[in-house]
Amino acid sequence: MGKKKRDDVGVNASSMADIAFLLLIFFLVTTRIASEKGVYRDLAPKPEGEVPPVELNKRNVYKIIINSNNELLIEGDEGKMSQIKKEIKAHVNNYGADPELSVSPKDAIISIKTDRGTDYTTYLTVLDEILQGYNELRAEYLSQKLGEKITVDDFLEISRQDTQVNKDRYKLAKEKYPLNVSDAEPTGGGAK
Amino acid sequence: MPFKKKAKPNPEIPTSALPDIIFMLLFFFMVSTVMRENTLKVNVLLPQANQVQKMEKANLVANIYIGKPKEADQFGTAPRIQVNDVFINLDQIQQFAIEAIANVPEVDKNRFRVAIKGDVGLDMGVVIDIREELRETEALKIYYAASKGGDE
Repeated sequence: MGKKKRDDVGVNASSMADIAFLLLIFFLVTTRIASEKGVYRDLAPKPEGEVPPVELNKRNVYKIIINSNNELLIEGDEGKMSQIKKEIKAHVNNYGADPELSVSPKDAIISIKTDRGTDYTTYLTVLDEILQGYNELRAEYLSQKLGEKITVDDFLEISRQDTQVNKDRYKLAKEKYPLNVSDAEPTGGGAK
Repeated sequence: MPFKKKAKPNPEIPTSALPDIIFMLLFFFMVSTVMRENTLKVNVLLPQANQVQKMEKANLVANIYIGKPKEADQFGTAPRIQVNDVFINLDQIQQFAIEAIANVPEVDKNRFRVAIKGDVGLDMGVVIDIREELRETEALKIYYAASKGGDE
Protein backbone atom coordinates (compact mmCIF):
# COMPACT_ATOMS: atom_id res chain seq x y z
CA MET A 1 0.00 0.00 0.00
CA GLY A 2 2.79 2.41 0.87
CA LYS A 3 4.14 2.10 -2.63
CA LYS A 4 0.93 3.35 -4.22
CA LYS A 5 0.79 6.46 -2.03
CA ARG A 6 4.20 7.60 -3.19
CA ASP A 7 3.11 7.50 -6.85
CA ASP A 8 0.31 10.02 -6.25
CA VAL A 9 2.42 12.75 -4.73
CA GLY A 10 2.63 15.05 -7.79
CA VAL A 11 -0.16 17.43 -8.74
CA ASN A 12 -2.07 16.21 -11.73
CA ALA A 13 -0.87 18.64 -14.41
CA SER A 14 -2.46 17.17 -17.48
CA SER A 15 -5.40 19.57 -17.36
CA MET A 16 -3.00 22.51 -17.24
CA ALA A 17 -2.52 22.05 -20.97
CA ASP A 18 -6.24 22.27 -21.51
CA ILE A 19 -6.50 25.45 -19.49
CA ALA A 20 -3.59 27.00 -21.35
CA PHE A 21 -5.16 25.94 -24.64
CA LEU A 22 -8.37 27.68 -23.70
CA LEU A 23 -6.46 30.86 -22.89
CA LEU A 24 -4.52 30.57 -26.11
CA ILE A 25 -7.68 30.20 -28.17
CA PHE A 26 -9.24 33.12 -26.32
CA PHE A 27 -6.32 35.35 -27.27
CA LEU A 28 -6.25 34.07 -30.80
CA VAL A 29 -9.89 34.94 -31.26
CA THR A 30 -10.09 38.24 -29.44
CA THR A 31 -6.95 40.00 -30.61
CA ARG A 32 -6.97 41.15 -34.16
CA ILE A 33 -3.60 41.55 -35.72
CA ALA A 34 -3.29 45.17 -36.62
CA SER A 35 -4.18 45.56 -40.28
CA GLU A 36 -5.06 49.17 -40.56
CA LYS A 37 -5.81 50.51 -43.96
CA GLY A 38 -6.27 53.89 -45.50
CA VAL A 39 -6.32 55.98 -48.62
CA TYR A 40 -2.87 57.44 -49.11
CA ARG A 41 -2.34 61.09 -50.02
CA ASP A 42 0.68 63.30 -50.45
CA LEU A 43 0.03 66.79 -49.22
CA ALA A 44 1.59 69.75 -50.91
CA PRO A 45 3.77 71.74 -48.55
CA LYS A 46 2.61 75.24 -47.75
CA PRO A 47 4.32 77.63 -50.15
CA GLU A 48 6.62 80.15 -48.57
CA GLY A 49 5.72 83.72 -49.27
CA GLU A 50 3.45 84.84 -52.04
CA VAL A 51 3.39 82.59 -55.05
CA PRO A 52 2.05 84.00 -58.30
CA PRO A 53 -0.81 81.89 -59.65
CA VAL A 54 0.40 79.40 -62.22
CA GLU A 55 -1.10 79.62 -65.65
CA LEU A 56 -2.64 76.28 -66.38
CA ASN A 57 -3.86 75.17 -69.71
CA LYS A 58 -7.56 74.76 -69.07
CA ARG A 59 -7.82 71.56 -71.04
CA ASN A 60 -5.40 69.81 -68.71
CA VAL A 61 -7.49 70.37 -65.63
CA TYR A 62 -10.31 68.03 -64.77
CA LYS A 63 -12.41 69.91 -62.30
CA ILE A 64 -14.65 68.33 -59.71
CA ILE A 65 -16.62 70.56 -57.39
CA ILE A 66 -18.67 69.17 -54.54
CA ASN A 67 -21.13 71.46 -52.82
CA SER A 68 -22.47 71.24 -49.31
CA ASN A 69 -25.38 69.11 -50.47
CA ASN A 70 -22.89 66.57 -51.82
CA GLU A 71 -23.84 67.35 -55.39
CA LEU A 72 -21.14 67.03 -57.98
CA LEU A 73 -20.22 69.56 -60.60
CA ILE A 74 -17.87 67.89 -63.03
CA GLU A 75 -16.23 70.01 -65.71
CA GLY A 76 -19.01 72.56 -65.37
CA ASP A 77 -21.89 70.12 -65.60
CA GLU A 78 -23.91 68.29 -63.03
CA GLY A 79 -22.32 64.91 -62.68
CA LYS A 80 -22.60 61.53 -61.08
CA MET A 81 -20.11 59.58 -59.00
CA SER A 82 -20.14 56.69 -61.46
CA GLN A 83 -18.78 58.73 -64.37
CA ILE A 84 -15.63 59.94 -62.61
CA LYS A 85 -13.45 56.89 -63.04
CA LYS A 86 -14.17 56.46 -66.72
CA GLU A 87 -13.72 60.13 -67.48
CA ILE A 88 -10.49 60.35 -65.52
CA LYS A 89 -9.04 57.51 -67.51
CA ALA A 90 -10.07 59.15 -70.77
CA HIS A 91 -8.80 62.50 -69.58
CA VAL A 92 -5.39 61.28 -68.48
CA ASN A 93 -4.83 58.93 -71.36
CA ASN A 94 -5.86 61.42 -74.02
CA TYR A 95 -2.45 62.43 -75.45
CA GLY A 96 -3.90 65.52 -77.08
CA ALA A 97 -6.44 63.64 -79.18
CA ASP A 98 -9.54 65.32 -77.80
CA PRO A 99 -9.04 69.10 -77.62
CA GLU A 100 -11.13 69.22 -74.44
CA LEU A 101 -8.98 66.74 -72.56
CA SER A 102 -5.38 66.66 -71.39
CA VAL A 103 -2.29 67.02 -73.55
CA SER A 104 -0.40 64.19 -71.84
CA PRO A 105 -0.63 62.18 -68.63
CA LYS A 106 2.14 64.32 -67.17
CA ASP A 107 0.19 67.51 -67.69
CA ALA A 108 -3.16 66.16 -66.54
CA ILE A 109 -4.37 67.62 -63.29
CA ILE A 110 -7.39 66.62 -61.27
CA SER A 111 -8.78 69.34 -59.07
CA ILE A 112 -11.21 68.65 -56.27
CA LYS A 113 -12.94 71.58 -54.70
CA THR A 114 -15.14 70.93 -51.74
CA ASP A 115 -17.26 72.99 -49.48
CA ARG A 116 -16.64 73.03 -45.76
CA GLY A 117 -20.04 71.46 -45.38
CA THR A 118 -19.42 68.62 -47.80
CA ASP A 119 -19.59 65.18 -46.22
CA TYR A 120 -16.20 63.63 -45.55
CA THR A 121 -17.51 60.36 -46.93
CA THR A 122 -18.47 61.95 -50.24
CA TYR A 123 -15.06 63.53 -50.59
CA LEU A 124 -13.37 60.24 -49.83
CA THR A 125 -15.52 58.42 -52.36
CA VAL A 126 -14.59 60.93 -55.05
CA LEU A 127 -10.93 60.61 -54.13
CA ASP A 128 -11.31 56.86 -54.22
CA GLU A 129 -12.84 56.96 -57.69
CA ILE A 130 -9.99 59.12 -58.95
CA LEU A 131 -7.37 56.83 -57.47
CA GLN A 132 -9.17 53.86 -58.92
CA GLY A 133 -8.93 55.39 -62.38
CA TYR A 134 -5.27 56.19 -61.96
CA ASN A 135 -4.39 52.85 -60.42
CA GLU A 136 -6.09 50.98 -63.22
CA LEU A 137 -4.07 52.92 -65.77
CA ARG A 138 -0.90 52.32 -63.81
CA ALA A 139 -1.59 48.63 -63.36
CA GLU A 140 -2.28 48.25 -67.07
CA TYR A 141 0.91 50.09 -67.91
CA LEU A 142 3.00 47.98 -65.56
CA SER A 143 1.46 44.76 -66.87
CA GLN A 144 2.42 45.81 -70.36
CA LYS A 145 5.88 46.98 -69.41
CA LEU A 146 6.85 44.03 -67.24
CA GLY A 147 5.06 41.39 -69.23
CA GLU A 148 3.25 39.97 -66.25
CA LYS A 149 -0.29 40.39 -65.07
CA ILE A 150 -0.58 43.13 -62.50
CA THR A 151 -4.00 43.83 -61.08
CA VAL A 152 -5.10 46.96 -59.28
CA ASP A 153 -4.75 45.15 -55.97
CA ASP A 154 -1.22 44.15 -56.91
CA PHE A 155 -0.51 47.74 -57.69
CA LEU A 156 -1.81 48.86 -54.32
CA GLU A 157 0.64 46.43 -52.77
CA ILE A 158 3.40 47.85 -54.95
CA SER A 159 2.58 51.40 -53.96
CA ARG A 160 3.50 50.64 -50.37
CA GLN A 161 7.09 50.68 -51.67
CA ASP A 162 8.31 48.45 -48.88
CA THR A 163 10.81 46.56 -51.00
CA GLN A 164 13.30 47.69 -53.60
CA VAL A 165 11.41 45.89 -56.38
CA ASN A 166 8.19 47.62 -55.44
CA LYS A 167 9.97 50.93 -55.19
CA ASP A 168 11.32 50.60 -58.71
CA ARG A 169 8.00 49.48 -60.09
CA TYR A 170 6.15 52.25 -58.38
CA LYS A 171 8.61 54.77 -59.75
CA LEU A 172 8.11 53.39 -63.23
CA ALA A 173 4.35 53.79 -62.97
CA LYS A 174 4.64 57.18 -61.36
CA GLU A 175 6.87 58.50 -64.09
CA LYS A 176 4.33 57.46 -66.70
CA TYR A 177 1.22 58.51 -64.81
CA PRO A 178 2.09 61.02 -62.12
CA LEU A 179 -0.81 61.58 -59.78
CA ASN A 180 -1.64 65.26 -59.85
CA VAL A 181 -4.63 65.64 -57.62
CA SER A 182 -4.97 69.02 -56.07
CA ASP A 183 -7.28 70.03 -53.29
CA ALA A 184 -8.48 73.50 -54.09
CA GLU A 185 -9.26 76.06 -51.42
CA PRO A 186 -12.63 75.15 -49.98
CA THR A 187 -15.73 77.19 -50.45
CA GLY A 188 -17.84 78.18 -47.48
CA GLY A 189 -15.94 80.54 -45.22
CA GLY A 190 -15.32 80.56 -41.52
CA ALA A 191 -12.10 78.59 -41.54
CA LYS A 192 -10.76 77.81 -38.06
CA MET B 1 16.83 -1.21 -0.57
CA PRO B 2 13.83 -1.70 -2.90
CA PHE B 3 15.56 -1.70 -6.26
CA LYS B 4 12.78 -3.62 -7.95
CA LYS B 5 10.41 -0.67 -7.86
CA LYS B 6 12.64 1.54 -9.98
CA ALA B 7 13.02 -1.03 -12.66
CA LYS B 8 9.32 -0.85 -13.44
CA PRO B 9 8.94 0.87 -16.87
CA ASN B 10 6.52 3.76 -17.28
CA PRO B 11 4.47 3.23 -20.45
CA GLU B 12 2.99 6.74 -20.55
CA ILE B 13 4.41 9.64 -22.53
CA PRO B 14 5.38 12.39 -20.11
CA THR B 15 3.00 15.29 -20.68
CA SER B 16 4.24 17.50 -17.91
CA ALA B 17 6.09 19.73 -20.39
CA LEU B 18 3.02 20.30 -22.53
CA PRO B 19 1.60 23.16 -20.43
CA ASP B 20 4.95 24.89 -20.63
CA ILE B 21 4.95 24.70 -24.40
CA ILE B 22 1.39 25.96 -24.63
CA PHE B 23 2.16 28.75 -22.18
CA MET B 24 5.07 29.80 -24.31
CA LEU B 25 2.77 29.98 -27.33
CA LEU B 26 0.31 31.91 -25.23
CA PHE B 27 2.91 34.43 -24.16
CA PHE B 28 4.09 34.79 -27.72
CA PHE B 29 0.60 35.71 -28.85
CA MET B 30 0.02 37.95 -25.88
CA VAL B 31 3.18 39.88 -26.63
CA SER B 32 2.95 40.01 -30.40
CA THR B 33 -0.66 41.08 -30.74
CA VAL B 34 -1.20 44.75 -30.31
CA MET B 35 -4.15 45.79 -28.29
CA ARG B 36 -5.61 49.18 -29.03
CA GLU B 37 -3.41 51.61 -27.17
CA ASN B 38 -5.69 54.56 -27.02
CA THR B 39 -9.02 54.50 -25.38
CA LEU B 40 -11.18 56.32 -27.82
CA LYS B 41 -13.10 59.24 -26.49
CA VAL B 42 -14.77 59.86 -29.80
CA ASN B 43 -16.97 57.64 -31.91
CA VAL B 44 -15.16 56.73 -35.08
CA LEU B 45 -16.78 54.60 -37.71
CA LEU B 46 -14.42 54.57 -40.65
CA PRO B 47 -15.78 55.24 -44.12
CA GLN B 48 -15.35 52.66 -46.85
CA ALA B 49 -13.00 53.01 -49.76
CA ASN B 50 -11.70 50.75 -52.45
CA GLN B 51 -8.17 51.94 -53.10
CA VAL B 52 -6.84 51.37 -49.61
CA GLN B 53 -3.30 50.47 -48.69
CA LYS B 54 -2.05 48.71 -45.63
CA MET B 55 -0.52 51.21 -43.27
CA GLU B 56 3.00 51.06 -41.98
CA LYS B 57 3.91 49.62 -38.60
CA ALA B 58 2.08 51.22 -35.70
CA ASN B 59 5.13 53.03 -34.39
CA LEU B 60 5.53 54.86 -37.70
CA VAL B 61 1.97 56.08 -37.86
CA ALA B 62 0.56 58.94 -35.83
CA ASN B 63 -3.17 58.69 -35.39
CA ILE B 64 -5.58 61.58 -35.33
CA TYR B 65 -9.10 60.62 -34.41
CA ILE B 66 -11.99 62.88 -35.31
CA GLY B 67 -15.57 62.28 -34.34
CA LYS B 68 -18.34 63.10 -31.99
CA PRO B 69 -17.40 62.71 -28.32
CA LYS B 70 -18.74 59.62 -26.63
CA GLU B 71 -19.64 61.53 -23.52
CA ALA B 72 -21.91 64.02 -25.20
CA ASP B 73 -23.23 65.51 -21.98
CA GLN B 74 -19.70 66.48 -20.98
CA PHE B 75 -18.06 67.40 -24.26
CA GLY B 76 -20.97 68.30 -26.50
CA THR B 77 -21.86 66.87 -29.86
CA ALA B 78 -19.57 68.90 -32.09
CA PRO B 79 -16.76 66.80 -33.64
CA ARG B 80 -13.60 66.82 -31.58
CA ILE B 81 -10.02 65.88 -32.36
CA GLN B 82 -8.30 63.25 -30.26
CA VAL B 83 -4.65 62.29 -30.33
CA ASN B 84 -3.09 59.81 -27.96
CA ASP B 85 -5.43 59.96 -25.01
CA VAL B 86 -6.53 63.56 -25.04
CA PHE B 87 -8.66 66.00 -26.92
CA ILE B 88 -6.66 68.70 -28.62
CA ASN B 89 -7.51 71.87 -30.43
CA LEU B 90 -6.69 72.66 -33.99
CA ASP B 91 -3.73 74.86 -33.08
CA GLN B 92 -2.05 71.95 -31.28
CA ILE B 93 -1.98 69.74 -34.37
CA GLN B 94 1.31 71.17 -35.57
CA GLN B 95 3.00 70.55 -32.28
CA PHE B 96 1.61 67.04 -32.20
CA ALA B 97 2.96 66.33 -35.69
CA ILE B 98 6.39 67.73 -34.85
CA GLU B 99 6.62 65.64 -31.68
CA ALA B 100 5.46 62.55 -33.52
CA ILE B 101 8.13 63.01 -36.18
CA ALA B 102 10.76 63.52 -33.50
CA ASN B 103 9.87 60.17 -31.95
CA VAL B 104 10.53 58.26 -35.14
CA PRO B 105 14.02 56.81 -35.58
CA GLU B 106 16.13 58.65 -38.15
CA VAL B 107 16.22 55.73 -40.62
CA ASP B 108 12.46 55.53 -40.76
CA LYS B 109 11.78 59.22 -41.11
CA ASN B 110 10.58 58.98 -44.69
CA ARG B 111 8.19 56.22 -43.77
CA PHE B 112 6.42 58.32 -41.21
CA ARG B 113 2.70 58.76 -41.87
CA VAL B 114 -0.17 60.53 -40.25
CA ALA B 115 -3.44 58.65 -40.25
CA ILE B 116 -6.58 60.73 -40.14
CA LYS B 117 -9.24 58.52 -38.66
CA GLY B 118 -12.38 60.41 -39.35
CA ASP B 119 -15.90 59.34 -38.63
CA VAL B 120 -18.30 58.82 -41.54
CA GLY B 121 -20.55 61.59 -40.29
CA LEU B 122 -17.94 64.33 -40.51
CA ASP B 123 -18.09 67.45 -42.61
CA MET B 124 -15.06 68.38 -44.67
CA GLY B 125 -14.44 71.56 -42.66
CA VAL B 126 -12.56 69.97 -39.79
CA VAL B 127 -10.68 67.62 -42.11
CA ILE B 128 -9.60 70.55 -44.26
CA ASP B 129 -8.45 72.45 -41.18
CA ILE B 130 -6.30 69.54 -40.03
CA ARG B 131 -4.93 69.09 -43.51
CA GLU B 132 -3.95 72.73 -43.66
CA GLU B 133 -2.26 72.49 -40.26
CA LEU B 134 -0.31 69.43 -41.36
CA ARG B 135 0.82 71.20 -44.49
CA GLU B 136 2.65 73.64 -42.25
CA THR B 137 4.73 70.80 -40.85
CA GLU B 138 6.81 68.08 -42.43
CA ALA B 139 4.12 65.48 -41.94
CA LEU B 140 2.94 65.54 -45.53
CA LYS B 141 2.26 61.88 -46.07
CA ILE B 142 -1.14 61.05 -44.77
CA TYR B 143 -3.73 58.35 -44.82
CA TYR B 144 -7.42 58.82 -44.71
CA ALA B 145 -8.18 55.72 -42.70
CA ALA B 146 -10.87 53.64 -44.31
CA SER B 147 -12.04 50.10 -44.36
CA LYS B 148 -11.85 48.12 -47.54
CA GLY B 149 -15.14 48.01 -49.30
CA GLY B 150 -17.28 50.00 -51.62
CA ASP B 151 -18.17 49.34 -55.19
CA GLU B 152 -15.68 48.02 -57.66
